[in-house]
Amino acid sequence: MDQIPYAVVKLARDNMRPTGLDYIGHIFKDFTELHGDRRFGDDPAIVGGVAWLGDTPVTVIAIEKGHTAKERSFRNFGAPNPEGYRKALRLMKQAEKFGRPVVCFIDTSGACCGIGAEERGQGQAIAENLMEMSTLCVPVVSILVGEGGSGGALALAVADRVWMLENAVYSVISPEGCASILWKDAKQAETAAASLKLTAKDALRFGVIERILPEKDMGKQPFYDRIAAALKTELDALSRDPDLIAKRYARFRGLGAVEESK
Amino acid sequence: MAFLNFLQPKNALEEGGRTAAPIHEDAGEPEKTCPNCHKPIPLSRLWANHLVCPCGYHFRMKARQRIAMAADKGTFRELFSELRSGNPLEFPGYGEKLDTVRSASGEAEAVVCGTAAIGGEACCLFVMEPYFMMGSMGSAVGEKLTRLFEYALEHRLPVVGYAVSGGARMQEGLLSLMQMAKTSAAVKRHSDAGLLYIAVLTDPTTGGVTASFAMEADILLAEPGATIGFAGARVIEQTTRKTLPKEFQKAEFVLQHGFIDSIAPRSGQKALLTRLLRLHKGG
Ligand SMILES: [Zn+2]
Repeated sequence: MDQIPYAVVKLARDNMRPTGLDYIGHIFKDFTELHGDRRFGDDPAIVGGVAWLGDTPVTVIAIEKGHTAKERSFRNFGAPNPEGYRKALRLMKQAEKFGRPVVCFIDTSGACCGIGAEERGQGQAIAENLMEMSTLCVPVVSILVGEGGSGGALALAVADRVWMLENAVYSVISPEGCASILWKDAKQAETAAASLKLTAKDALRFGVIERILPEKDMGKQPFYDRIAAALKTELDALSRDPDLIAKRYARFRGLGAVEESK
Repeated sequence: MAFLNFLQPKNALEEGGRTAAPIHEDAGEPEKTCPNCHKPIPLSRLWANHLVCPCGYHFRMKARQRIAMAADKGTFRELFSELRSGNPLEFPGYGEKLDTVRSASGEAEAVVCGTAAIGGEACCLFVMEPYFMMGSMGSAVGEKLTRLFEYALEHRLPVVGYAVSGGARMQEGLLSLMQMAKTSAAVKRHSDAGLLYIAVLTDPTTGGVTASFAMEADILLAEPGATIGFAGARVIEQTTRKTLPKEFQKAEFVLQHGFIDSIAPRSGQKALLTRLLRLHKGG
């Protein structure tokens, strides 16, 4: 029996769920973190670097929420600033230079909503990532592991394959935000969550993702091993695809529901 | 919390077609009160001045009015007008909302696309419609824009676009979010072919539209006083519990922070677009 969508939202937000750094630590070997966007600063909400996936060097980028109150505050609750998105893009371009695939782990309620973020061009930073990722010459696989909050999540998800954990959510707006705008009542979040069709099954049905990853043994090594194996197989196939960019274009080109009137 | 980014401006326009400022029709010629200088202005005078108050305040403009202002007379040929959004999520109330907005605005969707000449220069033109759910981007808006950039690429034409939007259209859920990626990819292809894209950001340009095609132009112009940002000011105030300065997210503020090229008042817009289109044609 499926859970109601708002219960899934709560599961996706649970701070006991593995976060970006947990995935990096258990799936890859010899991770070296690379900091900074070379323009303004280093955003702790996005962790990036290089590592080994089996015997393949990869670039790994993860939104990190943190577990404890102190960690979560340091990571800005996984709400990246423009410099975080610019760091991610810098590392993706570096991956392109060295012919490494890119793996992204996404878990954010949304891009940081603040004065500094606006002053430093949050919209421009996200837009640039969307544009540049669409023609990145190396394979990109993005996995939504918790919350996939609108543009702030999409900025790391213009990928060849997008996967979601069973209880992750992916949405254009939070159920609370949607309810307060449409019905002037954030308490209607449960109704909004159902209406927004934000579960992994919905995303799969709409063609927004390719695969749902089961959460059996979540947080234990077998769980990470399954993801590692799936990534190896997928990146191996993608690396041999000569039409990667054309197919990535077609992947997003086909999304939407449009009617033609007479 | 940051999820609230796509808050749409709350005003009468959103409900379809009514103007923000009250119209006084009781005595003599109808006039409108300017929200900036608070003086009444005769409507005929506003119309003659592209809906700009003598104080410089730029009133909101319908897409068709902008096309008439920017395109050479009789040159606009509309494309993809048959496309419209459905209700893929069967979102409660969305079907009815679309019906209401369509009849009130006279538009089938929140963007009008086509080809035109501006100062004799051929281009593709898109203009978003503030009176259609505040220019929110759903599947049809994304599809029309994507087709326009593809058409421009195929015919090697520059694109001129007027943006106005409250962001992604939440009633279409993830599919509206995906339009950000789809349009960005189309802009990138057009750009990689060495073709020019000029965007004019008008009041307001926010949310998922700012975070995609609106910000991806080679040359970014903005109308004076236009609100341009990602997150809504009200949401930022609620989140940060700080009072925002009056100029926050205004075009002049965005210019100062380096994210647009120039402020373009309506009076000189067409001449500026013409100059830029000519220069990029190389003669
Ligand atoms: Zn005035």
